[in-house]
Amino acid sequence: MAFDNLSEKLQNIFKNLRSKGKLTEDDVKSALKEVKIALLEADVNFKVVKQFIKTVQERAIGQDVMNGLNPGQMVIKIVNEEMIALMGSETTEIALKKGGDLTVIMMAGLQGAGKTTTTAKIAGKLKQKGKKTLLCACDVYRPAAIDQLKINGEKQGVEVFSMGDKKNPVDIAKAAVLHAKKNGFQVLIIDTAGRLHIDEEMMEELSAIKSAVDVSQTVLVVDSMTGQDAVNVASMFEDKIGIDGVILTKLDGDTRGGAALSIRAVTGKPILYVGMGEKLSDLEQFYPDRMASRILGMGDVLTMIEKAQEAIDEEEARKLEQKMKKAEFDFEDYLSSVTQMKKMGGLSSILGMMPGMGGMKIPEIDEGEAEKGMKRTESIIFSMTPQERRNPSLLNPSRKRRIADGAGVDIAEVNRLVKQFEQARKMMKQFPGMMGGKRGKRGKFTLPF
Amino acid sequence: MSEEKKSFFGRLVAGLTKTRDNIVSGIDSIFSGFSSIDDDFYEEIEEILIMGDLGVKATEEILDSLKVKVKEEKIKEPSACRQLLIDSIKEQMQTEELAYRFEEETSVVLMIGVNGVGKTTTVGKLAGKLKADGKRVVIAAADTFRAAAGEQLLEWANRAGVEMIGGQEGADPASVIFDAVASAKSKGADVLLCDTAGRLHNKKNLMEELKKINRVIDREYPGAYRETLVVLDSTTGQNALSQARQFKEAAEITGIVLTKMDGTAKGGIAVAIQSELKIPVKYIGVGEKIEDLQKFSADEFVDALFRTEEDV
Repeated sequence: MAFDNLSEKLQNIFKNLRSKGKLTEDDVKSALKEVKIALLEADVNFKVVKQFIKTVQERAIGQDVMNGLNPGQMVIKIVNEEMIALMGSETTEIALKKGGDLTVIMMAGLQGAGKTTTTAKIAGKLKQKGKKTLLCACDVYRPAAIDQLKINGEKQGVEVFSMGDKKNPVDIAKAAVLHAKKNGFQVLIIDTAGRLHIDEEMMEELSAIKSAVDVSQTVLVVDSMTGQDAVNVASMFEDKIGIDGVILTKLDGDTRGGAALSIRAVTGKPILYVGMGEKLSDLEQFYPDRMASRILGMGDVLTMIEKAQEAIDEEEARKLEQKMKKAEFDFEDYLSSVTQMKKMGGLSSILGMMPGMGGMKIPEIDEGEAEKGMKRTESIIFSMTPQERRNPSLLNPSRKRRIADGAGVDIAEVNRLVKQFEQARKMMKQFPGMMGGKRGKRGKFTLPF
Repeated sequence: MSEEKKSFFGRLVAGLTKTRDNIVSGIDSIFSGFSSIDDDFYEEIEEILIMGDLGVKATEEILDSLKVKVKEEKIKEPSACRQLLIDSIKEQMQTEELAYRFEEETSVVLMIGVNGVGKTTTVGKLAGKLKADGKRVVIAAADTFRAAAGEQLLEWANRAGVEMIGGQEGADPASVIFDAVASAKSKGADVLLCDTAGRLHNKKNLMEELKKINRVIDREYPGAYRETLVVLDSTTGQNALSQARQFKEAAEITGIVLTKMDGTAKGGIAVAIQSELKIPVKYIGVGEKIEDLQKFSADEFVDALFRTEEDV
């Protein structure tokens, strides 16, 4: 599917523009027009977009264009910075009370946001940290909601307190607190029923729970696919009940997740975690910078660059580049580049961070197969002697047979690898510019936007 | 017919009150607040449509068609644009004739969608409606993944008074469907309603599982009329388009069910979907009760969005 990438669009607009000095009003406005559409398509609330664009515009006009960037890139840089600032510059976690005091966490949200699943996921996280955690089933409305929490709690090895679906949620919560205190629990998480933010009676119930037991953290669970209405939902929950943080669920889909920005802008509350999958362990830290580039449709390019810089030894990278340029790249080098890739989290995680590849395109590539293939290649190379690795021309049929036996593969596969390798070497020879050698900027990734 | 129509309107309008407050009051203030048709006027309309989750593309198309009409009919007064805007939205929503043929035939209705949109609830409500219409209904609980999903559906089946075929948690959903088809056939059921596990549309193996379910139904129940409904949460934004598109690749989608229309979400995604994908919305959910699942009519939906209090 054609995914109109914002950075591509901007690159087209500014293709012919290489103005040196300051950002002009025209530069900024034409870039921001595209940014605006990108944000709206990502479901950022219209009003938030308007305000945001205004802020960026004010900041951007008259700014110096940094060396090596074109005006469009400069605007994106500012947009990105502003977005990260808006989403909170550091990651936060659920605040727990110090010492042995019981921390009561209440989960709230619309139907289907993923409260029950998330409740169990948090419990798992807290358990890992050594906190004795109790779950409390207060969704007495949805059929089988209590069973769902019980089953998930059991999977996490966390106790679930429930009194069936005939009791009042406020009474259940009170009883759960007593039970927790009596049995030395440190954290109590109350799972509540999904409710509409305009359902006064149901919202009243949450306030009642909150005032009946000493809730110290109220967490709003929001589906990351939520549209323009996210601001209404968040501000109503904030006004009526008061929230301390937000958890965004279902971010493993291909949604751009503009709701994150909207909610943050409207409530000012931190986003604590993001739900990244169906398994109970798939609850991750929230990174404002990653979210910003995702909303802008630029993948996690920034994160990737960061990771790459951490993983790749500068010196090694420099040597590798030299070799590539001279087409002296050998199997040893191949191995070390694979190792570096693994340090970055493997092929699937790198693909996931690429712009336009976020979520959607990975299954098509089938990373499982690709990684299996890489493993086989690796085992073939491991079966070579160091001399063979450094000098592939040594590989005669009998050596190849030995390698095939050693790696447990067919000799045809060894042949294929050697052939591919030689082709790659030829290609490197033909395109020295491709390796970034022209301008002599070595070991550096150029930003793809 | 008129009875049903009234109740459709009554419920829809009641369910959409908040929506209407947002869209209509906004729109009406534009029509009365502007003295001439200019860029600002169009920009205001754009804002209101986008705030209604209609999306950038559908909004642009609606505005373009509105502008053409204004020019052709030489309209100068903003107030005269109201009806033109209604017409433009209706035109955008045109799809093939709405069909509820599955109600008349021996049929299998497959309910699919991402997690948490309300598939199980919709299956329960639809079972209740069909049962009330005198149909023999069997429900298949093929969501064997989510903890306690089967129990949730059983509760709905009991409320509706219909039979449910289920499987163990973790069982192969296709095998549940296989059993359900056998049961539906032996009992001479009119409609087999299949609930499936929520799946994110970008997860390859889950979409494969869906194809497998389809193959089982095709093979075991070749004579049955097939209806495949994608359930979408009306609070979902533009990602709903992506969901519908990708489900369309894995299965032959015959319609959309839009749930949770009783919130403040505008449900404008219905416009976007019909406009861009030409898949008809067939049902909307406007509340928690069995009768809160309503058949959908695009024209009436748009009318309801623009209807003022006095009209009701």
